[in-house]
Amino acid sequence: MPEQEATAQHGTPAQEIADFLHRRREQIAQRWADAALFRTVFTVSRDEAVEAGRAVVEALAAVAATHRIEDPEADGFIVVRDQLARTAAARSRAGFTANQISLEVDALRAPAEELLLADLSGRPAEQVRDRVTALTVLMGTLRLVVLETSLTAGQEIVERQRIQLLEAATPVIQLWKGVVAVPLIGTLDSARSQVVMETLLDTVVEQRARFAILDITGVPTVDSLVAQHLLKTVAAARLMGAECIISGIRPAIAQTIVHLGIDLSSVMTRASLSDALAYALRELGTDIVAHVPGGAESR
Amino acid sequence: MTAPFPAPYGGHVPVLRLGGVLLVTFQGDLHDSQAEQLQQDVSEAAADNRVSGVVLDLSGVELVDSFLGRVIGDIAAKTRLLAAETVVCGMRPAVAITLVELGLTLPGLRTALSTEDAMRLLGQGSVSPRPGRTRQESP
Repeated sequence: MPEQEATAQHGTPAQEIADFLHRRREQIAQRWADAALFRTVFTVSRDEAVEAGRAVVEALAAVAATHRIEDPEADGFIVVRDQLARTAAARSRAGFTANQISLEVDALRAPAEELLLADLSGRPAEQVRDRVTALTVLMGTLRLVVLETSLTAGQEIVERQRIQLLEAATPVIQLWKGVVAVPLIGTLDSARSQVVMETLLDTVVEQRARFAILDITGVPTVDSLVAQHLLKTVAAARLMGAECIISGIRPAIAQTIVHLGIDLSSVMTRASLSDALAYALRELGTDIVAHVPGGAESR
Repeated sequence: MTAPFPAPYGGHVPVLRLGGVLLVTFQGDLHDSQAEQLQQDVSEAAADNRVSGVVLDLSGVELVDSFLGRVIGDIAAKTRLLAAETVVCGMRPAVAITLVELGLTLPGLRTALSTEDAMRLLGQGSVSPRPGRTRQESP
């Protein structure tokens, strides 16, 4: 720490901030309980908000005592990390952006600073400035910790939902004996394409399907990577002895594929799922005919 | 890799004759010497017996590398020269994905889901061996 010589009788600024926070934790906690961040999250009782505020003050005191006021990874923050994450999560559920939450955390600085200035009255201006700077740095670190925990919580949610999407969005359905289909819906990335490929091939083995239909009606865009995944799936299915048909290529996608110069000539394509099914049935030797004259159109 | 059948045929991959079709059942790992012997066996059998088709049953293969992919391609090319057709059957999904990732899509090779389907493809449906993953015993 700098300023060692000037603080012989009071300790370093960080140490003094730690002492101050410890001494004044009740007053600070009381004032924080009225601040927007605690007041709106702990709505049940004021005591609860005061309790939460006290926990944060004590954590800050612990951090300051270890002279790591700039370090968001400081051990002192560990005990309140969960509580801060819950607080931040509650605020973001209420529709607040990360920026607004951060401003609310910043609003905690003013009450603490007032108390500190009152404590330091009569001390040399230079010392006062150092202490106030130390407190400001510490509160900035708290702001960072809150932001970081709320971002981490957001990432966890995104990750969980990504896995759920993978599980939910790739059903393989049996259309006929020996004909299976995957209706692909939504954007395809490599992870999803891999899941589609594996589930489709497993189903081909399970159901002894001779035809597998990949329906891409619900795929908004096809880029070269997606096309390559589709081609790989088709090639793998062929190696296993099943014929793969791609159906539901919309005009815009057909144009993209041609523009990209992707060669789909080795792949059987059909305009719609029903055309693909009709093709598969014909190859299997099954014919669909109209039951009554003028009923359904014969395929 | 643990081979499910620790070389019960003394390193030989069996080549069985069913009607006009040669049935080759791969089991587990294929070593270089075995592969060479197998290619030789298949070409000799195909030439001697005037067979019309060769069925390569891969249902016992769980791991594949570029070597096995090349062996399959080589056998297909050789039998085609001898006027016989090659059908690969019973490939597992993992094996198929690996081959595709390796870029070995084996173009021009016919494929079937099971041995039975492969026989039917070659017009030998009446022979009708046991379908699916059953492994043929050595005669």
